Amino acid sequence: MIHRHAALSLAILLAAGGLNACRRKVEPAPAPASVPTSDNSAQLAAAAAQRRADSLAAARSALSPADAQRVQAEMAQTLAQRIYFDYDKDQLRDDARASLDDKAAILVANSGVALVITGHTDERGTAEYNLALGQRRSAQVKRYLESKGVAESRLSTQSLGDSQPASQGTDEPAYQQNRRAEFEARNAGALVRPRS
Amino acid sequence: MALMTVRRALVALLFFSAPLLAQDTTSRGVRIGLTYDPGSKPGIVVLPGRGAAADSIRAILSRDLDFGDRVTVIALDAAVLGDVSRAAAPNWGLLARLGAAAAVQVTPTTTGVHLAVYDVKKKTTALVKDYAAPAISEARGWRAAMHGLSDELEESLTGTRGIARTRVLFERGKRIWIADSDGEQAMPLTDAGTQSGAWNHDGTMIAYSTLIPSQIMVHELRTGRARTLAGGRGVYISPVFTNDGTSVVYGHGVDDGVDLFTASLTGGGERRLSIGRGSDNVQPTFSPDGRRIAFTSGRAGHPEIYTMDSDGTNVDLLTPLEFGENAYRSSPAWSPDGRSVAFQSRIAGTFQLMSIGLRDRGLKQLTSDGSNEDPSWAPDGRHLVFVSNRSGVKQLWVLDVETGRARQLTRGAAVRNPAWSSRLSSVN
Repeated sequence: MIHRHAALSLAILLAAGGLNACRRKVEPAPAPASVPTSDNSAQLAAAAAQRRADSLAAARSALSPADAQRVQAEMAQTLAQRIYFDYDKDQLRDDARASLDDKAAILVANSGVALVITGHTDERGTAEYNLALGQRRSAQVKRYLESKGVAESRLSTQSLGDSQPASQGTDEPAYQQNRRAEFEARNAGALVRPRS
Repeated sequence: MALMTVRRALVALLFFSAPLLAQDTTSRGVRIGLTYDPGSKPGIVVLPGRGAAADSIRAILSRDLDFGDRVTVIALDAAVLGDVSRAAAPNWGLLARLGAAAAVQVTPTTTGVHLAVYDVKKKTTALVKDYAAPAISEARGWRAAMHGLSDELEESLTGTRGIARTRVLFERGKRIWIADSDGEQAMPLTDAGTQSGAWNHDGTMIAYSTLIPSQIMVHELRTGRARTLAGGRGVYISPVFTNDGTSVVYGHGVDDGVDLFTASLTGGGERRLSIGRGSDNVQPTFSPDGRRIAFTSGRAGHPEIYTMDSDGTNVDLLTPLEFGENAYRSSPAWSPDGRSVAFQSRIAGTFQLMSIGLRDRGLKQLTSDGSNEDPSWAPDGRHLVFVSNRSGVKQLWVLDVETGRARQLTRGAAVRNPAWSSRLSSVN
């Protein structure tokens, strides 16, 4: 919990830089090719000016290389952070929603990133039903992220049921560790910080 | 000392020296009309045979008959054994005093084994027969032949064919393993990341699922060749063959629950059977006539056992709906006689095996020791293989549902998800 808040505050702190990055992303698309070529030089000049302005803005808000690295690591960690479920349930708890909100913000700001969601269960009950339950958990996560604006095509679901416990114990704390969804980000190069 | 003398005298009486009058009487399936107390199991003495493999044969036969639970195998102590192994013919009086209805003797021959069965009450040789068997060095085939002999012998003695020549699939270390019905010849069959092994009707093929990528595989045992029957996005779970072996029914789902589908081995894609509306529907098991499927469904919010027609229509809740802490029933196994379905039910924090009658919905609790899960019927409809932690580690156990007798089948690392084959005729 503390970790998540820290990540969140950091994200807010750095929102200014993120804004610039995002603005560039939502810049109107260049005019279609059918536009007369006489306008091209003006467009190119405007684009160059924009690049220069972006570059200056980036330089002004630039982090030290160490800070930048830390921010990247924090975002990667936020994406990978596991969420947990109640016994035999696929409903998202409040703590899970909060974590998914943070993930959704990063995913919205980084449209090239895909996320693989893997559902897991504790060992109790039937292996085959648990495999289905794990799938249901990952599907629930996928629906929630979609509702937060992440394109369906970027999200894939799978289940490992009870076959890969995070904890080998046979008590409730261990079982709670095992009732989880795990996340793997794909194509996550340098991540853009989300708007707060 | 006096006791010893008496015992030796008895042993001397057990066999007389006249050669046996043998007649090749029966073909397979003929029952010997043994005489024994009604309501009891016939007592059988397995006499020592002669020859190098005789002790092994006697051990296998004795164990198979014992595990069949239809006869009482009468143990002979070491001194008696040593002496009778030097005698030539049965002593009816002593066999009768030991409580034997029949005595059995198997002797290795150059081409297999020679079987003789003696009817103690009638004081006659009831059956002699020669069986072909591979050399003992071909352990798997030789053992299969011995188990086949046990099954025929059990049929001759009791009228019901034994289940010794069967095999059991199970999971160990995320691989599918196979073992003989007595736990021998255990070995892994598949790579890591596989589960839910299931037999086809004649034991020549198995189906199983893989985890990631999730797929349904079919695997021919003779060649060891496996191929993907179904796979793609989402999960593919708990395959079973249709009773004719031409198709496989399994659970499949992506983001909207898991439903039961069927796919033919000859291709043509998959066809949906159940309409779960976002719930999980897994673990299909066919009725013996192939017309109905029992399965586990979470459509009521927790797993219960339902039945439906094999085309997915006429869905019916089989297990009594019960909310609360114990609301978890799964792993149905339709009995070979078609009359009941065995399943696991949560009782006071553990799982126990239950059976429910199809006609009267009468419930029977079959286990109480430890936690017991994943039942699968033997082809005799009398024995169940299942997973129990009663010995500390999850192992396979076999339960005789008529007497309640249970025996441990596997030892070593934890196992789960057993599947008992049909009676086998070929060695795969």
